Amino acid sequence: MKEDITWIEVGRVADIPPAGARVVKTKHGDVAVFRTADDDVFAVRDRCPHAGGPLSQGIVHGARVTCPLHNWVIDLASGEATGPDEGCAGTFPVQVEDGLIRLGLRLGQLAAAS
Amino acid sequence: MMARTRERLVVVGNGMAGIRTVEELLKRDPDRYDITVFGAEPHVNYNRIMLSPVLAGEKTFDQIVLNDRSWYERNGITLLTGEKVETIDREARTVTSVGGRTVGYDRLLLATGSDPFIIPVPGHGLPGVVTFRDMFDVEAMLRKAADGGRHAVVIGGGLLGLEAANGLAVNGMKVTVIHLMGTIMERQLDEAAGFLLQRELEDRGIDVMTNADTKAVLGDGHVTGVLLKDGREIPADLVVMAVGIRPSTGLAKAAGLAVERGVVVDDHMATSDPAILAVGECVQHRGATYGLVAPLWEMARVCADQLAGRRDSAYAGSVTSTKLKVTGIDVFSAGDFGGGKDCEDIVFRDAARGVYKRIVLKGDRIAGAVLYGDTKDGAWYFQMLREAENVAPLRETLIFGQGFGGQGFGGQGFGGAAANPKAAVAALSDGAEICGCNGVCKGAITRAIADKGLTTLDDVRSHTKASASCGSCTGLVEQLLELTLGDGYQAAAAAKPLCKCTHHPHDDVRRLIVAGELKSIPAVMQALEWKTANGCHVCRPALNYYLLAAWPGEYRDDYQSRFVNERVHANIQKDGTYSVVPRMWGGLTSAKELRAIADVVDKFAIPTVKVTGGQRIDLFGVKKEDLPAVWRDLNDAGMVSGHAYAKGLRTVKTCVGSEWCRFGTQDSTGMGVKLERMTWGTWTPHKVKLAVSGCPRNCAEATIKDFGVVAVDSGWELYVAGNGGMKVRECDFLTKVETEEQVLEYCGAFLQLYREEARYLDRTAPWVERVGLDYVKRRVVEDGEGRRALFARFQFSQMFSQTDPWEERASRGIDSHEFAPLATVG
Ligand SMILES: Cc1cc2nc3c(=O)[nH]c(=O)nc-3n(C[C@H](O)[C@H](O)[C@H](O)COP(=O)(O)OP(=O)(O)OC[C@H]3O[C@@H](n4cnc5c(N)ncnc54)[C@H](O)[C@@H]3O)c2cc1C
Ligand code: SF4
Ligand code: FES
Repeated sequence: MKEDITWIEVGRVADIPPAGARVVKTKHGDVAVFRTADDDVFAVRDRCPHAGGPLSQGIVHGARVTCPLHNWVIDLASGEATGPDEGCAGTFPVQVEDGLIRLGLRLGQLAAAS
Repeated sequence: MMARTRERLVVVGNGMAGIRTVEELLKRDPDRYDITVFGAEPHVNYNRIMLSPVLAGEKTFDQIVLNDRSWYERNGITLLTGEKVETIDREARTVTSVGGRTVGYDRLLLATGSDPFIIPVPGHGLPGVVTFRDMFDVEAMLRKAADGGRHAVVIGGGLLGLEAANGLAVNGMKVTVIHLMGTIMERQLDEAAGFLLQRELEDRGIDVMTNADTKAVLGDGHVTGVLLKDGREIPADLVVMAVGIRPSTGLAKAAGLAVERGVVVDDHMATSDPAILAVGECVQHRGATYGLVAPLWEMARVCADQLAGRRDSAYAGSVTSTKLKVTGIDVFSAGDFGGGKDCEDIVFRDAARGVYKRIVLKGDRIAGAVLYGDTKDGAWYFQMLREAENVAPLRETLIFGQGFGGQGFGGQGFGGAAANPKAAVAALSDGAEICGCNGVCKGAITRAIADKGLTTLDDVRSHTKASASCGSCTGLVEQLLELTLGDGYQAAAAAKPLCKCTHHPHDDVRRLIVAGELKSIPAVMQALEWKTANGCHVCRPALNYYLLAAWPGEYRDDYQSRFVNERVHANIQKDGTYSVVPRMWGGLTSAKELRAIADVVDKFAIPTVKVTGGQRIDLFGVKKEDLPAVWRDLNDAGMVSGHAYAKGLRTVKTCVGSEWCRFGTQDSTGMGVKLERMTWGTWTPHKVKLAVSGCPRNCAEATIKDFGVVAVDSGWELYVAGNGGMKVRECDFLTKVETEEQVLEYCGAFLQLYREEARYLDRTAPWVERVGLDYVKRRVVEDGEGRRALFARFQFSQMFSQTDPWEERASRGIDSHEFAPLATVG
């Protein structure tokens, strides 16, 4: 199914601590917006594929986050679990320009996910 | 030569891309055009990237001129300097300059470059605020420095900003760089390299402030300073804005050409009007704009082909690499290191030489590279990156560079040779020094292993002294054992590394942090030659704790390296809500506290209230956003955080003791309160629980606690290293003391020993079992002076840890981002 992406300004890179994350609340569930130590920005659905842990609360290392509940390590670019674990949280496209973050939301994706 | 009517080519922009295109065109077809060049600057064509060395006094303007006036004359080019083109009339095919000169064209080339971006904060227009783009700017900066300008602030810690900062510092100004992001040059460097660069600049006297957002430029008639959003103020006689560039598109836009971020061009550098071409930083090609010269050279060739009537070449976009032009600092970066599913890092650090290298592989291809301190292989990596070469066959030795295997690889400090440490060590010459502390070289170690039949690390340590001091060469020595003995060597005897990011075990890391006076996580990672760029969820919290314990009052807690509970000061539950436990000193509470708790439960609709095993009240199911408000209400009733989430002191359980109990011999509740007042807030390797019982009936279960106190008629019995958890362990009896003061002193000393020597996530029980009760007794009981020193260090570190984290967050706005969503959509 082809769907248009809606780009929504959600804040500035500086609003997120380096190697940290903040949550964007949507009608269909939370999106975790990560800023790595290298100042790259990624957006992942804020639900761990294991048991739904809030990934936004995990420790960020490199372009990965460790889920706070049972230590699954999720790749931020793909949303997928790494190592022996399998599952995908789902990602959202982001654009960063002059420190401003735009999140690409396909509303259908969120609805289907929740 | 046959005279022919030549076409007219007009070039707007006498900069690097425009003139390079003309040069390429002259090579292809020198007689085709009558060429007119308009340049807004009053100068001939010069090498813009060399403005940095000019500012730093390493070059003069004449030395960076690319084409002098005689070149223009020789090639019959009409050069109009100081003439800015104002309009293009596409129908009439003419351009008109600000001065009113109109020139007709058959083909027009736009090469207008970029304009520096000026952040529109109040005061940005004050005299003394400059950008860094052209010779005019350089002259303005040099003038200010010569006129006795003392303080310069450079806004923007990117390539340009740092080169400006260095140049101004060389000219004697006190320079502060203000950077919005956490890492300087974050677009080119990762955090680790950014840290090394920042340290180097700071060593040169340049102040670097990261995560610093500019609020206003201050001054009345002339700049006097810069105000940050967090309220800090930095004095300035000169402010350089180096926060980015914008393609200069005004002219093209006014002429009705397709313009997005830049002037839109196709693969042949043609704009939406086929008579008009564009090159350089002003263009946008396949959605990308560029800010470096390498792409311009490629564009210039394609554009010249077009102008010369050859249509077969096409521009396909560029991959770029960066070098910082600051004398004595070697930094190189190329490609991207954002990571991805099948991305893999190879990291090499050589602490002795100050080298950091990171190659990011995506599948079998290089996706990015960052080099610090040793950039000689930059071009090699970059070429393989650009050509998408399969590096699988080189993988093992890739990180050591092109010279690996030959002479390029010799010397010292290969402790971080993680990619293939064995090959690297095998390649060392016999004269290569392995142990820096004791000056032991490779040959001496391998000879000792062979001649004396050594088989273990300890053997080597005692026979050669290698690895016997600071221990940072332990990994190397083990590899030599392996190389010399082959399968006969069992490395298993050595302690396990802290995690897969390092070969150092916990104890070595702790010791080396103190020995090397390492005071930040990036400093530890560099000095101990970490194998990853920024650690993992195992090592980062451990390092954060070790640094906190080693440098109380000095080390700034790295909050992002803490597990969520310690970051938000509440316990995460399986549904993502939190639990809140206020402290109840010694298990005592009051009607006022209970009433406040009841009110909080009602107000925030908290679903579950439970009394814990540690004699306090736990509120379950609190929403993260509500935490600060819940804390404020509890604070208002005098309650503080119970640290029920911390690797730190949790509770001091007490019985009622002599005040009410008919068996009580001492005031156990009072003792417990005193202990809790002394120990609360301390960070420890794992959680710590205390208890005090008023008589040997031991109602407070003090003999399964980390530190337990049992009152007897003649004083207090002290117990340590008990545990009531998964593996129940009864305490060991430590000693008996007489006074309450002694209980406090022994307790503080014991905790401090544990804080200083245990491995992160060791509870007291496994730690004491490992080091032995005798050792603990020796340090805490027998060595009175040592005990008092431990206690003093404990008390010192408590000076910095006894701040209620709830109050900081509820009333002082600390970490407020943690509790509010970034945005709410829809
Ligand atoms: C201090 C400094 C250091 C740099 N260091 C590096 C480096 O190390 N490596 C690297 O790859 N790149 C570096 N760069 C970037 C590099 O200089 C640029 O990428 C390059 O100069 C762009 O060339 P250009 O021709 O597109 O623009 P420019 O060289 O800026 O040329 C554009 C010219 O057009 C003129 N102009 C604009 N509008 C008009 C008009 N309407 N009429 C007439 N003339 C006009 C401008 O005055 C300017 O002279 C550096 C830049 C600076 C400022
Ligand atoms: S431990 Fe002793 S003093 Fe304390 S409550 Fe029990 S019986 Fe009473
Ligand atoms: S819910 Fe994320 S690891 Fe279990």
